Amino acid sequence: MAFVRKEFHHIFRDKTSMLILLVMPILMLVLFGYALNTEVKNSKIAVYDPSRDEVTRAMVEKLQINNYFILKKVLNSASEAEKAFQSGEVSMVIVFSDHFYENLMHGGYAQIQLLADGSDPNTASIITTYATTILSGYQMELMKTGKIPYLITPEIKLLYNPSMVAAYNFVPGVMGMILLLICAMMTSVSITREKERGTMEVLLVSPMKPLYVILSKAVPYFFLSLVNLATILLIANFIMHVPIAGSLFWLLVISLVYIFVCLTLGLLISTIVDTQMAALIISAIGLMMPVMLMSGMMFPIENMPVYIRWISDIIPARWYIEAIRKIMIMGLGFSAIIQELSILVGMGIVLIVISLRKFKIRLE
Amino acid sequence: MSKHDPIRMPDDTVILAKDLTKEYGDFTAVDHISFEVKKGEIFGFLGANGAGKTTAMRMLCGLSKSTSGQAWVAGYDINQQSEQIKKRIGYMSQKFALYEDLQVWENIRLYAGIYGVPEREIAPKTDELLHRLGFENEKYALVKSLPLGWKQKLSFSVAIFHEPSIVFLDEPTGGVDPATRRQFWELIYQAADRGITIFVTTHYMDEAEYCDRVSIMVDGRIDALDSPGNLKKAYSAKNMDEVFHQLARGARRKG
Repeated sequence: MAFVRKEFHHIFRDKTSMLILLVMPILMLVLFGYALNTEVKNSKIAVYDPSRDEVTRAMVEKLQINNYFILKKVLNSASEAEKAFQSGEVSMVIVFSDHFYENLMHGGYAQIQLLADGSDPNTASIITTYATTILSGYQMELMKTGKIPYLITPEIKLLYNPSMVAAYNFVPGVMGMILLLICAMMTSVSITREKERGTMEVLLVSPMKPLYVILSKAVPYFFLSLVNLATILLIANFIMHVPIAGSLFWLLVISLVYIFVCLTLGLLISTIVDTQMAALIISAIGLMMPVMLMSGMMFPIENMPVYIRWISDIIPARWYIEAIRKIMIMGLGFSAIIQELSILVGMGIVLIVISLRKFKIRLE
Repeated sequence: MSKHDPIRMPDDTVILAKDLTKEYGDFTAVDHISFEVKKGEIFGFLGANGAGKTTAMRMLCGLSKSTSGQAWVAGYDINQQSEQIKKRIGYMSQKFALYEDLQVWENIRLYAGIYGVPEREIAPKTDELLHRLGFENEKYALVKSLPLGWKQKLSFSVAIFHEPSIVFLDEPTGGVDPATRRQFWELIYQAADRGITIFVTTHYMDEAEYCDRVSIMVDGRIDALDSPGNLKKAYSAKNMDEVFHQLARGARRKG
């Protein structure tokens, strides 16, 4: 117990790391929420509309009703589209076919072309999705009023996150990352600090069991990560309006399992390296980067090449983020996260066995 | 007599090593060393860097397992009963090992707690210790604010706070001037007077003179072991420095 108290002292005395630990989650939420926003607003568009009829005008208007698009330019020919892109004035061009209204009425066949700047594929795909949704919505309206004959339109409907609020996507990601950062990085740094300063040696000579030394190191970080978990959930829920659709209980269960996995990762790192610097670098490159890039937090796993997907499968955060999405956003219950939960439990067991074994070997 | 009983050592022997050996692959760091240390003795463990003295000491403290040979510390076998040994020894490492971001009294309380000193004894003993060291005003100071010489004194006092029968000091006075070293040795003498055996490694030859007996390690072996006075006579040397250099000249390993 005396030792656990000491660990809390270390953290509370160190004002900088204390500040980092408590402010980091808030900072990351803000950063991902506002600065790295993947929602696209006020995209500038240009229109080439040779038919200039009732329907095409209405469509262009529809696009501008929400804040998604601003009509910046009206083009005189389709070939001007390229110039508009190159000058950087617009990020999407809408080209209507000739005699749009007539074709729609009689042939039931009219064409709209959406041109987007593929050099920024993320934005391009997001704004074309928006535009398609708006345009097909309008088409539906026309059909209902009986102005145009029946027409099969592909309907794209986004489930669970209909307005594509980015917060739904990144909040689980930030949770996965913050917990990893605090548990794995801080634990490994604090254990290696004892090695660096020579205090670990003194502790090993003492009658205190090595296992207790390690456990008491993990305790404060365990509590800190619970505080952070609460902070993230409160901000996400009340400020960013991300719902907690599913059971809070299972959310906590899976989080506790994940925290345990992260703590053992931290322990493992500290048995491999001897300096704080090395622990920091391994945590940053070996843990943070893969989580950012390959856990599905920023880029969808389905789009990754097979071998990258294999790597992503062994990243604990990938399973945690997945499970959190299922519980928080989709509101699914325990049966939906059995796979994720059991994978995380399995990883935790394997990691703790490896690190305890390594820890013992070091003592020989 | 079962294997786990303390072996019958002469009553006044607290450390007994027999052919203690540590090998790392082909490299023999400690090569069949044998010696004994008496209760209350100040035993100097000398050797150039790389001679094997730290390795030998780590084996005696249970930080490292011996490859072969035997040793008993405070009556317990280092290969079988290291848990028993750990309760009865104190240890001060080369690196200064108090927590810099804890206050002086918090460091004392922490180590006292780890060594199982009863809670109610800790506070009065802490005040008594601080009084003896003249550190009353520093009780609530962060350790990092103390000068190095003070830290070392405090570190030593913490290492013997639980009244161990032996304290192992691994180059305890590195980096301080001879005057501060002499003050530090005052503390060592006080501890020895209370019956605590001192096992100290050093490479300062002025410190070697302060020891009751010294052993000098060369290439993993103990090449000389006697009181400083006898050693000087045997090697017809003016001081320990000369003794040491005569022995170290034959070393194959360079530090």
